[in-house]
Amino acid sequence: MAYTLDRTYEERIRRFSSQRYGLYLAIVSMLMLFAALTSAYIVRRSAGNWLEFELPSIFYINTVVIVLSSITLHTSWHLFKKGNKAGYRLLMVLTFILGITFLVMQYMGWQEMTAQGLYLQVNPSASFIYVISGIHAAHLIGGLGTLIVAMAHAFRLRFKVTEIRKHRFELVIIYWHFVDLLWLYLLVFFVFI
Amino acid sequence: MASIDIIKQDELEHGHDDHHGHDDHDHHGDKYQSGFITHYIFSTDHKMISKQFLITGMFWAVIGALMSLVFRLQLGFPEENMLWLKPILGKWITVSDGIGTLAPDFYYALVTMHGTILVFFVLTAGLSGTFSNLLIPLQIGARDMASGFLNMLSYWFFFLAGTIMFASLFLSTGPFAGGWTAYPPLSALPQAMSGSGAGMTLWAVSLIFFVVSVLLGGMNYITTVLNLRTKGMTMWRLPLTIWAFLVTAILGLLSFPVLVSAIFLLIFDRSLGTSFFLSEIFIQGEALSNVGGSPILYQHLFWFLGHPEVYIIIVPAFGIVSEVMSVHARKPIFGYKAMVLSILAIAILAFIVWAHHMFMSGVNPFIANIFVLFTLIIAVPSAVKVFNWIATLWGGNIRFNTAMLFSIGFVSLFISGGLTGIFLGNSAIDIQLHDTYFVVAHFHIVMGIAAFFGMYAGVYHWFPRLYGRFMNETLGKIHFWGTMIGAYAIFWPMHYLGMAGVPRRYYKFGNFDAFAHFGDMNKFITIAAIIVFFLQVLMLINFFYSIFRGKKQTTLNPYDANTLEWTVPINAGHGNWSGEIPHVHRWAYDYSKGGRNIPQTEPLGDGEQDMGNDHH
Repeated sequence: MAYTLDRTYEERIRRFSSQRYGLYLAIVSMLMLFAALTSAYIVRRSAGNWLEFELPSIFYINTVVIVLSSITLHTSWHLFKKGNKAGYRLLMVLTFILGITFLVMQYMGWQEMTAQGLYLQVNPSASFIYVISGIHAAHLIGGLGTLIVAMAHAFRLRFKVTEIRKHRFELVIIYWHFVDLLWLYLLVFFVFI
Repeated sequence: MASIDIIKQDELEHGHDDHHGHDDHDHHGDKYQSGFITHYIFSTDHKMISKQFLITGMFWAVIGALMSLVFRLQLGFPEENMLWLKPILGKWITVSDGIGTLAPDFYYALVTMHGTILVFFVLTAGLSGTFSNLLIPLQIGARDMASGFLNMLSYWFFFLAGTIMFASLFLSTGPFAGGWTAYPPLSALPQAMSGSGAGMTLWAVSLIFFVVSVLLGGMNYITTVLNLRTKGMTMWRLPLTIWAFLVTAILGLLSFPVLVSAIFLLIFDRSLGTSFFLSEIFIQGEALSNVGGSPILYQHLFWFLGHPEVYIIIVPAFGIVSEVMSVHARKPIFGYKAMVLSILAIAILAFIVWAHHMFMSGVNPFIANIFVLFTLIIAVPSAVKVFNWIATLWGGNIRFNTAMLFSIGFVSLFISGGLTGIFLGNSAIDIQLHDTYFVVAHFHIVMGIAAFFGMYAGVYHWFPRLYGRFMNETLGKIHFWGTMIGAYAIFWPMHYLGMAGVPRRYYKFGNFDAFAHFGDMNKFITIAAIIVFFLQVLMLINFFYSIFRGKKQTTLNPYDANTLEWTVPINAGHGNWSGEIPHVHRWAYDYSKGGRNIPQTEPLGDGEQDMGNDHH
């Protein structure tokens, strides 16, 4: 039973691209989840008995917050590649703070809805907003988890621009952009559909 | 998810930056194989995970089959005393005057659990989980899956899902009993029936964990096939098994999240008082406040998974049968590219036919017509496959061993089960046939028994690859012929029941004069089911006996097959090949070419054309 999982450099690079593939596939399955929920929204809406209401205004402000967080993370990535240690760390922390802010403000948005009497149970139109934005928030919390790992790397490891570090950072960015774009899609969906 | 893997690589990173050598830290794979627990339980080796899926699937198959025997006894012998089952079923056998009767509630629970277990735990996890894990790395030439860790998690999420479902069997209110499709309102209202409370909650939680398992597995399978093929293994040189597993994984990745969305909304309806699927319901004389929901919406979401799910079950069997048939007919598979394209066509069509499960649910008949059309089109790629299998056998130098017999039996079942699909795909005929035993017969033959035959073909064929020994051929042939005849004996008569309008899921038919004369037929079906069950026990005995005492595999490539899994040492460890991974120079089906079988590893001769990769 002599064996080793020897990895040549080439095999390791392939492993990176495997992780990227894997992440993209995971994103596809998450998209299917949201596609199903938003299709259910359309089907249910066309069946009638649908309460129309304005989205909480805080959702719009929040959209700016999450887009900003994508920009800060992307800038952090560029600074990392340029070897700007301080800037890279700062913007990553800033991204994390913006992420938390988004969560808090989503919560305030839900409170704004309940303040108008739009409880979860009132009408499926309101239920859908809670459920869909809630599941999106759960995905954002997953993104915050990956950011915590990325920050641990940024602050605990000796600063060095390597292929492996770049690759890890890329995975975080892909996921974070996904969560951001997903929110943009949901907002557009809620407003126009 | 990815982050855990990344942290593990930290040590690699330092070795990598400090100098340009890469081999200093490469033995980190070994530490996962050091003890009993990491080798047999929390294994990251795809070969061990494959065995875990297979044996867990067998466990569930036995449970599911025993359940079917209990409800078959009820259907075949409704007046018989069931007191002897009381030690096992406890309060679900009610006793009056010393006569034991199966509780009707529990009859429904048995039917529901039989469906759930067989569809998800046995024919999804047990079939594609086993063979994707075993064959993908071995046949494409990879040391393991893209992520052994996620692969391990995939199995353990399946195990967790199974544990939760198993626990639900022992609830005092019983497991969920509203049918495996879990339609609301039975699934959405905890007070609807006894299994709708805690039983349904555990059903929903179990299925969510199950989907996590399928998705982790699927991501791995797709990534591995696309990214980790050995040198020379182009897509058009892949064995058909791998194509089948790839497409299966893609189907799962796209459809299972939709089931999750349905279950999420169901959980909200159950626990938080929303009305996604509920409207204007009176229950126990009391009007519920839920207004405006649509149970049909659930059906749309469910069948958007549910229909691809039947292909998730049958497509791996397509792949296994094609491969086994080609090896044992010692002929190239007929129409390799047509086989691949027909799998792809079936996969695409799988997503646009879901409403044929809902013809009688109040779907607009004009929309139903479109679904009829797409449904019937599936017959075309299916017929291509059947034609190619038969053409592969034609003039072949056939070894009639057990694996081959099961492959041929698969084709028989796929034809007879497929033909009844053409009946059911018509929305007009469905008015008579829906929810009758005709439907039961159709799907049991075409996706139940047929998929089992594919699985058996795979188990008998690749048993040496799993355990370095062979299963007993005599017992195998008894198993095959008994099951082949027995399965038809069970399901063929059901077509007649169904055409006569006998509805499925009924507890007994004593009160219906129209169905009274089918009593003997039901007896016959039940007796056949009992015999077939014991034949499967025989197969299990053969399986476990052969693990320890079977004839030893002495040569590396016992079937003289061309694919890469037979270049791996017998009882290979984690990493599969001890030396370099072999390179591939040709497609997988050069059987009897110039009088011999040429393995994929052999370079092309002068002027020789590669059948998989011809550019002409």
